[in-house]
Amino acid sequence: MEIPSDETQISRPPTSWEKFADRVFRGLTYVFAWLAVLLVLYIAGQIAYYAWPAIQERGPGFVTGQTWDNNRDVYGILPEIWGTLYSSLLALIVGTSFGVVAAVFLSEGFLGGFLYRVLKIFGCQNHPVLGKLPSFLDSLLKNLIELLAAIPSVVYGLWGIFVVIPLIREPCNWIHEQFGWIPFFGTSLSGPGMLPAAVVLAIMILPTITAISRDALVAVPSKLREAAYGMGATRWEAIVSVIIPTASGAIFGSVVLALGRALGETMALAMLVGNANRISVSLFSPANTLAALLANNFPEAGPKEVAVLMYAALVLLAITLVVNFIGAWLLQRATAGLEGLR
Amino acid sequence: MNVHHSTNSLETPESRGAQSGVKPVENVIDCDIQELYYGTFKAVRDTRIPIEKNAITAFIGPSGCGKSTVLRCLNRMNDLVRGFRFQGHVLFLGQDIYAPAVDPVEVRRHIGMVFQQPNPFAMSIYKNVAYGLKLNGYKGNRDELVEQALRRAALWDEVKDKLHKSGLSLSGGQQQRLCIARAIATEPAVLLMDEPCSALDPIATRKIEELMLQLKERYSIAIVTHNLQQAGRVADKTGFLYVDTSQGGRTGYLVEFGETERIFKDPQEAHTKEYIRGEFS
Ligand SMILES: Nc1ncnc2c1ncn2[C@@H]1O[C@H](COP(=O)(O)OP(=O)(O)O)[C@@H](O)[C@H]1O
Ligand SMILES: [Mg+2]
Repeated sequence: MEIPSDETQISRPPTSWEKFADRVFRGLTYVFAWLAVLLVLYIAGQIAYYAWPAIQERGPGFVTGQTWDNNRDVYGILPEIWGTLYSSLLALIVGTSFGVVAAVFLSEGFLGGFLYRVLKIFGCQNHPVLGKLPSFLDSLLKNLIELLAAIPSVVYGLWGIFVVIPLIREPCNWIHEQFGWIPFFGTSLSGPGMLPAAVVLAIMILPTITAISRDALVAVPSKLREAAYGMGATRWEAIVSVIIPTASGAIFGSVVLALGRALGETMALAMLVGNANRISVSLFSPANTLAALLANNFPEAGPKEVAVLMYAALVLLAITLVVNFIGAWLLQRATAGLEGLR
Repeated sequence: MNVHHSTNSLETPESRGAQSGVKPVENVIDCDIQELYYGTFKAVRDTRIPIEKNAITAFIGPSGCGKSTVLRCLNRMNDLVRGFRFQGHVLFLGQDIYAPAVDPVEVRRHIGMVFQQPNPFAMSIYKNVAYGLKLNGYKGNRDELVEQALRRAALWDEVKDKLHKSGLSLSGGQQQRLCIARAIATEPAVLLMDEPCSALDPIATRKIEELMLQLKERYSIAIVTHNLQQAGRVADKTGFLYVDTSQGGRTGYLVEFGETERIFKDPQEAHTKEYIRGEFS
């Protein structure tokens, strides 16, 4: 471009250095983005490579088989697939309901609001120190819940063994005696089992759901809240009919993320689920999951068993991928209606 | 709160007025704000504005003088602000809406509001308009009232074939008319509008202004606007608010209130004169 210029002109074309830096920067982002994808493919490829002998030997029968016996060289992972999906689903139901409720509580500043009203009764809501307490309390609570995510899973496992199981054993067995005819309560709880595993798993995924959902709820444009309140909605009506639906896309995303974590969670489940090769809908029955199976068997696996375990790992990876794809697809459908909001 | 709509009570002020042959001047809202605080900040003082029945009352004044604050006092929207405090009273059809026994939620169901930014919900056009009907547990024919509200908001012809499309798919001006339809679907006695046109282009603005003139046949309207020409075009009464910064404070107050014509042609107060001269020169 040729533009006649004089002394006073300030505008100039970008220098070749600026253009170069721009191109390098763009190239780098490109490389790193693809690197992440390649890494996933590479890992999946490696697992498939090591699993290949087992895949050839056993075929789909491995996925539908129900026995795991090193001595007889019989391997099947259907109980583990069941246990993985069942424990994740239970944890997700509990974790989502508590997580979303906690997120609403945090995002609406209920605790701070309550404290504010208490301070107002004593007439010190504008006190230079006390007056800051309500909003301080709100952010403290939020950070505490996010801190839950930082607890190592082995600590959760220990807590589950030494606190949760002794705590729930008596009530669970009572429920079994009274309502044993309901399949969910069909067995007694002798120690580790599906319920303690699911409860601990639910607590582990809670911070993911709460933190992301809270951010999404806070990000609901205040003009929409005003619209709801301005129409004469009560707090509850505004939350249920406007605020949560508007944030539903991100809330749903948090649930999918949490599900990914629940499916792959290893340590706590290996400690709590009971490692029993069993398919049962009973909440009190011991069970097993794919990740726990891998963790328990790898240390003593011979070359032949390693191939079998790699096959199981590949199945776990496939389940996680499928679940995530379904989640992403549902998420896209859920957020399609929100276009044009921001 | 016990509110009688004049349409269904037996003896209304209108019928009395018609009998005696005098057109009565009646205020739906009598607002008297002595002092209004956000936390320790005194935002408004000494402001008395009546909202007349079937008329448009405009609040004008420089930005930050408390126009929105006063307007939001009239349906207790300010109660949502932590730290809001208020001395004075707001009489709605003779009853103090700040009386201890009154639920602010109920007040907002009688006094609708339209905001500066169009804010339809992320749901279908139909559901947006029916939102208030649902809130109030309306059992009758919702389709009919939704259509009626959309017609009154001059939006029906544009959306009648896509009632189940998202309200967010509309243009800005259409979204604002949707918000008006949503607000009037429940037949509120008063409609509060806070700079309803400031996010819109001139054509959409004119449409909303025409709409307001039609709506005042049925509703009483209070509008905040920073656009003096707009106040001149639509308002019957105008109040001028001003914020006096000379003594370090930033507290807004009502300087002058009266017939729009009079405020524009013959302002009495120095601040009003200055402001109106500045705008029109
Ligand atoms: N929610 C709030 N919290 C604290 N201060 C506020 C709040 N809303 C408005 N104010 C203050 O009150 C004054 C009046 O604001 P507002 O009513 O929005 O003015 P206007 O609508 O005339 O521009 C301003 O100084 C503003 O900063
Ligand atoms: Mg304003």
